[in-house]
Amino acid sequence: MKLGILVNEGPYTHQASDTAYQFAKAALAKGHEIYRVFFYHDGVNNGTRLTVPPQDDRNIVKRWSELAAEHKLDLVLCIAAAQRRGLMDKNEAKRHGKDTDNLAAGFRISGLGQLIETGIQSDRLVVFGD
Amino acid sequence: MDEATEGGAVKRFLYVNRKAPYGTIYALESLEVVLIGAAFDQDVSLAFVGDGVYQLTKGQDTKALEVKNFSPTFRALDDYDINKIYVDADALRARGLTEADLVIPVEVVSTERMAQIMEGQDVILSF
Repeated sequence: MKLGILVNEGPYTHQASDTAYQFAKAALAKGHEIYRVFFYHDGVNNGTRLTVPPQDDRNIVKRWSELAAEHKLDLVLCIAAAQRRGLMDKNEAKRHGKDTDNLAAGFRISGLGQLIETGIQSDRLVVFGD
Repeated sequence: MDEATEGGAVKRFLYVNRKAPYGTIYALESLEVVLIGAAFDQDVSLAFVGDGVYQLTKGQDTKALEVKNFSPTFRALDDYDINKIYVDADALRARGLTEADLVIPVEVVSTERMAQIMEGQDVILSF
């Protein structure tokens, strides 16, 4: 089955991103395809490379990056939600005159249309949030 | 399952709005998805349940909150051919509201009917 995943909550505060990650991993292990993981609302905070969790805790951002590298996942942050919350790739940082970018490996920033497209192209769109 | 799924091009999208308009950003960002999604020519419906019904109430005044009152935007939905707006009857009643308190025409439905509407969708985005 071709699955789309929507993550609506940020890391650590809320379980949504953890559950979405475990779901994605389990689905891939069962041979399902993941069309795209879209991050919206505070979910965009899952895509910052600047998080430094304690060493005895899981690294949620790094875990997504590694899963993306291993399975060629398409991890997309909503641009409008990302701009509100200070998530930037190199181009965005330059465009807005910011002194750094903070997008983690494996993530990209794009428009909400990519969420609608995920709904159209996937057999199921699974929403993780509050 | 008629033309909506067979062709693969048009799907039935339902946006479920569960939260009050202010206090969290979910309602505003949900409306942003609806407006962007309108460009995709899908079969779109909106549902308002629980505190989500407050999003549609008339006379919202957000000045003291220093956030934008986005309720007038709901009146633009018809211009995007989005006119299937379902509101949960129990949610309205429990909050002392009636259809007359809302900024746009809606279809007030029972919880059972709402469940049927959800059953008939291809994609449900819940905010």
